[in-house]
Amino acid sequence: MSAWKKHEIFEKNSFVLLIGILVVVAIGGLVEIAPLFYLKSTIEKTEGMRPYTPLELTGRNIFIREGCYTCHSQMIRPMRDELERYGHYSLAAESMYDHPFQWGSKRTGPDLARVGGKYSDDWHVEHLKDPRSLVPASIMPGYPFLAENRLSTRDIQADLSVNAFLGTPYTQEQIDNAAADLIGQASPDTDAAYEFEERWPTAKIRTFDGNLKEVTEMDALVAYLQVLGTMVDFSIYDDKANAR
Amino acid sequence: MVSLEEGGFAIFLVLLAFACLIVAGKTFDQVMAFHAGIGALVAAVSVFWIFKNYFDDGGEPIPQEIDGKPNYNMGPVKFGSVAAMVWGLAGFTVGLVIALQLAFPALNFDLPWTNFGRMRPLHTSAVIFAFGGNVLLATSMYVVQRTSRVRMPGKILPWFVIVGYNVFIVVAGTGYLLGATQSKEYAEPEWYADLWLTIVWVCYLLLFLGTLWKRKEPHIYVANWFYLAFIVTIAMLHITNNLTIPVSVYSTKSYIVWSGVQDAMVQWWYGHNAVGFFLTAGFLAIMYYFIPKRADRPVYSYRLSIVHFWALIFIYIWAGPHHLHYTALPQWASTLGATFSIILWMPSWGGMINGLMTLSGAWDKLRTDPVLRMMVVSVAFYGMSTFEGPLMSLRSVNSLSHYTDWTIGHVHSGALGWVGYISFGALYCLIPWLWNKKNLYSLRLVDWHFWLSTIGIVLYITSMWVSGIMQGLMWRAYDQLGFLEYSFVETVEAMHPFYIIRALGGALFLLGAVIMAYNLWMTVRHGEAEEAEATPAGSLAPAE
Repeated sequence: MSAWKKHEIFEKNSFVLLIGILVVVAIGGLVEIAPLFYLKSTIEKTEGMRPYTPLELTGRNIFIREGCYTCHSQMIRPMRDELERYGHYSLAAESMYDHPFQWGSKRTGPDLARVGGKYSDDWHVEHLKDPRSLVPASIMPGYPFLAENRLSTRDIQADLSVNAFLGTPYTQEQIDNAAADLIGQASPDTDAAYEFEERWPTAKIRTFDGNLKEVTEMDALVAYLQVLGTMVDFSIYDDKANAR
Repeated sequence: MVSLEEGGFAIFLVLLAFACLIVAGKTFDQVMAFHAGIGALVAAVSVFWIFKNYFDDGGEPIPQEIDGKPNYNMGPVKFGSVAAMVWGLAGFTVGLVIALQLAFPALNFDLPWTNFGRMRPLHTSAVIFAFGGNVLLATSMYVVQRTSRVRMPGKILPWFVIVGYNVFIVVAGTGYLLGATQSKEYAEPEWYADLWLTIVWVCYLLLFLGTLWKRKEPHIYVANWFYLAFIVTIAMLHITNNLTIPVSVYSTKSYIVWSGVQDAMVQWWYGHNAVGFFLTAGFLAIMYYFIPKRADRPVYSYRLSIVHFWALIFIYIWAGPHHLHYTALPQWASTLGATFSIILWMPSWGGMINGLMTLSGAWDKLRTDPVLRMMVVSVAFYGMSTFEGPLMSLRSVNSLSHYTDWTIGHVHSGALGWVGYISFGALYCLIPWLWNKKNLYSLRLVDWHFWLSTIGIVLYITSMWVSGIMQGLMWRAYDQLGFLEYSFVETVEAMHPFYIIRALGGALFLLGAVIMAYNLWMTVRHGEAEEAEATPAGSLAPAE
């Protein structure tokens, strides 16, 4: 009986109850979250990861804005059918520059973690405008408006600065030229494109939306989709060395 | 004399209105301009309302007691109850629309504001935070006053909490449709909406604690432990999961400070405990007040409530990483999450048993009182989904169920069955009490509501079980030659009939809620008045 009687201290003092609750609910999160910041094995060692270019980052923000993550995951699990359907399982390193992560929780549509390079730019543009013109049984919404919306360069430098502040390794040069590079990546054979190439040697330069005249949201989203899962060089990646 | 509280709120709101006007004037971001405009307008109207109120009552302090009885502050409770019903109808309707979009994609209309990706967060936020949140705010304000036998502190504070919370809902919901989102599930609102919610939530905590500090009862009633755990933990989760750096104060866009695997862990620590503390602890508090009240029986076991309270809040917080099995999250973390998810089964069922057994000696009321029946079925659904949850957290089951509609079905057996029904039951009790009516307008209509929505829930969860398990199996099916048997789009095609059945289930659930809204409206308008306070809903003795 006496042990039950002792519980009265919580029932009669709101402050004691408050502190009791805080202590009890803090423990689980601390144990599960804090080690992820200092255990070195959390993020694998890989070759090839780089931050998103201004155009890719803009495309990623459009991906987020349209809620693509509500139907598409970006996290391939290490099971035979997923490896065959989508490719190598996803690494933690592949989303280390993602603020926020886009792993998703539902596959109403297929996983997109390695969609980059699987389809042509033209396929993506047509599919985004009218999915059922290419995949008759698709239930994806159409996004024809993306091709009409011109990209604004107003905030892109601030976007990169904030990401750099949060630890993404953008160089000062990349930040300072973000606005020019946003256009340059989608304007092949121009001076802007050559300068972009110097700052971003491994990024692809193309008219992603097939429209040379202006750089649109469609350019950005396709550029983002085409880079997904393509950065890590798996020919030299050692699965066993990074096993956890 | 203007009180410190009135003056303080007036100054804060005037400053807020000016800040919003400056942002609205300087921003290039149309969504920000719209939201700053809403902020300025609401702040200005609120200041006007504070002063109008002051001049109307001449600054007289509100009596704490009238004729020796506590002068409860029920205005904000009424506001929250009505808001809950309105948001509920809106949220269920949007749910039906997106269910139909999955069956008939032409309903996306190829427009930015109507596509599934923007509407789905609108649905989840509308039902969880707008409907559920208003139910929790309204019932908590009611219960804490009644069980403490005092009026809530403050004149402006309770109104600030309930109105401020609903302003957050409007800003968040319109933001999704206009494209302002953080994309973190169940935490989509952008930085300024999060900041506003933090202010409102701290005020809510102070309001709740303030009522407890004033209480005339020596013991804090068990329902209030759960409400307090819900309020405190949601504050911790909300702040940690939404730490962002805005691109500028004039922009809606922000970047979360966490990234990749750490962000995933923080998100699902938040996400699963939004379920654990918003949708469980808060609604268990409702169970602990409204079921004993309606059944007119004491809570079954006082000791069980102590054990299951502390066990539930301690264990729940660990369960998050079961959302990340087989992902790039280190396996030790997801194993820990699954282990605690299985342990969690016990306190969950402890709560269920305490709720169900409260009916001891009053089971006959299930035949005559459809409101009580609704609440009891709600607790039964709670038991079912808290059994299904640990099952799905097992690695082997999760490898099949994850990414499929099984998860959606699981969520809805908890959301429609448990949260929905306990909320409906609470509102069916609360509305006659608040408006001093003898009873509901029609118990027959409650019966209709009960049966229609129960059939709706059954259609919903069974169709999602079938479509989820089927899709999971199709993804991993191999043909005789060792090739994957189905392309992805073939699995999408196979789900079509189940999406139609699910939409039908959702439509029945919505129809039930429309009947409920009519019934409550008629209760308020035409119900028979209660005769001079025949002690309706006095306080409960602690469940000893």
